[in-house]
Amino acid sequence: MTAIFTIQSAFLSLLGIFLAGAAGSLILRKNDSWANGWSSFCAVTGSLVGAIFGIATMISGNNLSFGMASPLFPLLSISFYVDTLSAFFIAVISIIALFCSLYGFGYVKHFYKKYSIGALGFFYHLFIAGMILVVSASNGLFFLIVWEIMSVASYFLVVYDRNDENNVKAGFLYLIMTHIGTAFITFAFFLLYKFTGSFDFEAIKAGSGALPVAIKNAVFVLAMIGFGTKAGIVPFHIWLPSAHPAAPSHVSGLMSGVMIKTGVYMMIRLFMDMLQPIPTWWGLTVLVIGAVSSLLGVLYALSEHDIKKLLAYHSIENIGIILLGLGSALTFSSIGMPVIATIALAASLFHTLNHATFKSLLFLSAGSVINKTHTRNMEEYGGLIKFMPLTALFFLVGSMAISALPPFNGFFSEWLTFQSLFQGIASADVIVKWFFVLGAGSLAFTGGLALACFVKVFGITFLARPRSDEVFHAKESSFSLIAGMGALAVLSLIFGVFSGYLITFLEKAATGMGFLKNATTITSAASGHGALSVGNGFASVSAPALFVFLLVALVVSVIVFRFVINRHQKVKVGMTWDCGTNLRPRMEITATGFARSIILIFKGVLKPSIQQEITYDDAKSRYLPKSHVIIMGIHDVYYSYLYQPIIKVVTVLSSWATKIQNGNINVYVLYVLIALILALISAL
Amino acid sequence: MTILIWILQLLFVPALSPLCVGIIRKIKAKFQNRVGAGIFQPYRDLWKLLHKDEVVSKDASWISICAPFIVFAVTLIVGASVPLLASFLNNPYTGDLLIVIYTLAIGTFFLALTGMDPGGAFGGFGSSREMTLSALAEGGFIFSLLTMAIISGSTNLFSISQFGGVAQYQHLLPVLLAFGGFFIVLLGETKRFPFDNPSTHLELTMVHEAMLLELSGKRLALMEWAASNKLLIFIALGANLFFPFGIAGSATLGAMGISLMAFIVKMLIFCLAIAVIESSIAKFRFFRLPDLLITSFILNVVAISLIRL
Repeated sequence: MTAIFTIQSAFLSLLGIFLAGAAGSLILRKNDSWANGWSSFCAVTGSLVGAIFGIATMISGNNLSFGMASPLFPLLSISFYVDTLSAFFIAVISIIALFCSLYGFGYVKHFYKKYSIGALGFFYHLFIAGMILVVSASNGLFFLIVWEIMSVASYFLVVYDRNDENNVKAGFLYLIMTHIGTAFITFAFFLLYKFTGSFDFEAIKAGSGALPVAIKNAVFVLAMIGFGTKAGIVPFHIWLPSAHPAAPSHVSGLMSGVMIKTGVYMMIRLFMDMLQPIPTWWGLTVLVIGAVSSLLGVLYALSEHDIKKLLAYHSIENIGIILLGLGSALTFSSIGMPVIATIALAASLFHTLNHATFKSLLFLSAGSVINKTHTRNMEEYGGLIKFMPLTALFFLVGSMAISALPPFNGFFSEWLTFQSLFQGIASADVIVKWFFVLGAGSLAFTGGLALACFVKVFGITFLARPRSDEVFHAKESSFSLIAGMGALAVLSLIFGVFSGYLITFLEKAATGMGFLKNATTITSAASGHGALSVGNGFASVSAPALFVFLLVALVVSVIVFRFVINRHQKVKVGMTWDCGTNLRPRMEITATGFARSIILIFKGVLKPSIQQEITYDDAKSRYLPKSHVIIMGIHDVYYSYLYQPIIKVVTVLSSWATKIQNGNINVYVLYVLIALILALISAL
Repeated sequence: MTILIWILQLLFVPALSPLCVGIIRKIKAKFQNRVGAGIFQPYRDLWKLLHKDEVVSKDASWISICAPFIVFAVTLIVGASVPLLASFLNNPYTGDLLIVIYTLAIGTFFLALTGMDPGGAFGGFGSSREMTLSALAEGGFIFSLLTMAIISGSTNLFSISQFGGVAQYQHLLPVLLAFGGFFIVLLGETKRFPFDNPSTHLELTMVHEAMLLELSGKRLALMEWAASNKLLIFIALGANLFFPFGIAGSATLGAMGISLMAFIVKMLIFCLAIAVIESSIAKFRFFRLPDLLITSFILNVVAISLIRL
């Protein structure tokens, strides 16, 4: 009893710290540095408590469940349920929030005197608290409220830099999209309420067996659209590449790293827990969505040269990879293979953790670059590795992790995802098998394209010669930024090397929900000495061994070639070969040029466009062009094929509505009368 | 004995890979009615380069300084992680097919960064082409090894090698299709015809050599050596996963001897095939190469669909 009580008070004090942070920032808003100090202090402390709370709950396995009914609204009860899955997400949110807040302490200084730091702190704390509440709420209505707190707080953070008109536009798009999503979620909960008679998650779970098939399927579709919009799946992703870059970088890191994962959390909660058992086509649908999102996400990323937009597109790609894991878990669970389902779900959770780590790392380092160069356009970077060596190193770590290069963490979660897909290819029946082939194929190409994309980002941003004068003014960021990024970079390596030990935690998180509970007693993906293994010797990999081998091979080759064979030779510094001309920055490859060949190869999907504008010295003779502008872009297929038709339909419907609403009050009174008569007749 | 075999396994790839390149060059010379340099010429080239002073671009960063060592070290690890002479070694640590593919990708990553680092006009384009090709080759590469993994019931390369490849007649068709897909990837990843011309530096279509343009001395040697290691790794994969005839199943001296002989023969056949291709067809236009790589992927998808366990 006391144990449960202390867990409960730990959880409440966690929320209390964030509320104190929010309130304190508002109170201290007159003084920028005080507000920043208090806000960062509370955020760091709260995140630390949250991380400890999440990890401790996962280790102990004690589920926390408490609530209080609200006397005013009979359906709303403020109830919490924290099992290992929720605890895992709380831990992920807190760990990322910890380092983002640390980074934020130094980062927001350039907003002093420009915007209100107190307001930033207020919404920042509400945002983090909102996310933690989202993954721990266990009542439908209460969930919708905290979901809304999270969404609205993040909206205000997106439009924080409000002097830039584009940010306000991006924020508006985000606000609309997130509310469309919320509408679908609300509808899903109402359907569940109508057929189970409760908003309480436990009650819904108990009553889900009695749901009619059609309603269950409808809930799936609604939830997929609603939570998919937040997670950023294609084609509901359009808000993501504009909203994430607009926010301050430490908030971008949080939004991309963890906020979109709350959508994934609810998918797991609904499909793996509350609505079990589920039909096979749900899992296959999620697989297809994952495959499409991952491939398209990385292709759009390749075509970007706004560094933060590019990273935002990679979030779509990685959500796709997470959904590949989740989709296989759902499929395996519905065709009676709980052991592999557990591993697939663990893979998906592992990738959630890993993506949170390296994506926030990448956003933070991109923020550090933008802070010094005052532009998000990669074409104006170049050579930054000499001006910001540590930022470059951390960005390199993030790039390698996201491109799934061992020994960093991204590889090991992709390895597990691949292995679960392979299991599907190897063992499932013919039709199901093809979905897994599709998933594995898209994951394979995604991996290769992501690698190409990050060669582009790193090469264009940090290598070669500076492409604009801004770069020459850049210098290394301050300590708090370096500390935040450095810690995340170290975590990326640690999560990779110790993946074999980490996996037992992830399996615990995966099996916290009822039906997978007995699965891991048979086999676990952890197989001693930090190795991972899948399917009774089907596959195994040892991260520590690989890490040590790489290190030893590197050290040995350096010693042999540098200090034994070649120890007397001189190294001379010279010019890059320039074919006899004067080598200027304009002669280096550009980000657009680098990705152009891949874009042309995938022109069926990306539909690249070229606009040319030529102005002539003499408009009549048209021989001597004065200026020549070429705009290369890609055609937005979602906009023209999905959103444009919807907008048209809405416009037509609205114009019909204006026929009824003609502004004449007498007519409105008539409407009231007709409505009243109709109501009376129907009541008879 | 096992320890001896492990040492052999570690040193085998770097020791033999220059020979492989030398043999291909010699065969190509014969096709062109030249005498050609001896098959040991690549060793002499490496030795010469390793003892030279070097010039480093002033625009280059530590990436260029470190990358050659990383790229070379990666091929050492992968060389030791693929079945060469003995299928019984059963390396459960790094012998997984995905480990091999993604560890090789570390090399590709740093190689491409080296191309961009000095800021030359050629290097960046070489990197762009390299990354385009390797991104598209990834699907065929993973799926060709996956076909073998599904047939043999393990993604560990040593277990796949133990399984027997084409010797398992009931799986003959998928194995052959997978091999067809794999061979395309082999040509693409090792930058051979029709993907790239390994013997020129100054051609508009160059890929691999363009990235090395600013390197000299020991760093150039390491990069060249790593490239030939990669070639031998691919040959070993092709030879020992699809046609594992003669590979030692036990740690006896006789078995190892036969295995060594068999491997040399298979290596010669692969070298001959590559040299014949390079002598008889022209390099493809860059935008036709994706068709080839997608063909490799499709072949493997067909192979997977034909597997009947």
